[in-house]
Amino acid sequence: MIPLTHYLIVGAALFSLSLAGIVINRKNLIILLMCIELMLLAVNMNFIAFASFLDNIAGEVFVFFILTVAAAEAAIGLAILMVLYRNRHTINVEDLDLLKG
Amino acid sequence: MIQQFIFYLFSAMAIATAAMVIISKSPVRAALFLVVTFIASAGLWILLQAEFLGLVLILVYVGAVMTLFLFVVMMLDMDGIELRSGFVQYLPFALIVLSVMLAFIILAVWHTSFGLGHANPSKETAAYNNIALLGSVLYTQYAYPFVLAGALLLLAIIAAISLTFRGTRNAKKQRVEWQVSVRAQDRLYKTSMKNEKRL
Repeated sequence: MIPLTHYLIVGAALFSLSLAGIVINRKNLIILLMCIELMLLAVNMNFIAFASFLDNIAGEVFVFFILTVAAAEAAIGLAILMVLYRNRHTINVEDLDLLKG
Repeated sequence: MIQQFIFYLFSAMAIATAAMVIISKSPVRAALFLVVTFIASAGLWILLQAEFLGLVLILVYVGAVMTLFLFVVMMLDMDGIELRSGFVQYLPFALIVLSVMLAFIILAVWHTSFGLGHANPSKETAAYNNIALLGSVLYTQYAYPFVLAGALLLLAIIAAISLTFRGTRNAKKQRVEWQVSVRAQDRLYKTSMKNEKRL
């Protein structure tokens, strides 16, 4: 059987990769959003592994709610991205410095 | 044996495609690799007997969220934007972040078994019904969070539409304030024209 540690290491690898992706792609807003989705996936992986090994359904319920919130986040984030692109004609994070004055 | 094969196949697929997501040049490729990552993760979840969530991951993420991402990529003009400058510059720092993060998490989880020993996930019988089990707690114990999640989704719909909606173009609608404030000379006016010659 596959031990719990292996599932946790898969989750850790996904999380670290998405963190490195945020560092590499710090210009492109849309890939930053994808990296955040990947991070939530890594967290969900740990939740489901623990839920299965501890035989406790609460972890899966939590993953259900994380999926809901992540879908809402993606929808609103992409809507904000569209509005930004319409107004500024860029999605480069370095150009989005309006609030700095 | 077959479970180990499936586990290592899907986890290798998930990690490899996640790496491709962050290093691929075009956002379209990144989105498509992310789809493969989600499918591989759904396979892992189904292996852990969380069938409902695995299927929901495919339906919601691959079917809706990633489609939304692809639509947005399609609507943005990516060609005129320089997105990859500084890739080489940031790469060493990213590798440091990756290795440090991974090393610390592996150090944290490697030697502890979280009080589970070498426990196996409970081998469920053929009568085990993941959806029924999830539903039986979701509609009773977690009923209020469930309703709240629905309200959150409604909020997300309204927010996304109101952010991007620009009003219908060429809509024929009644402007009451224009109708009330109209004056006679706005509607009726005299012109003076020269008489035309009779042929």
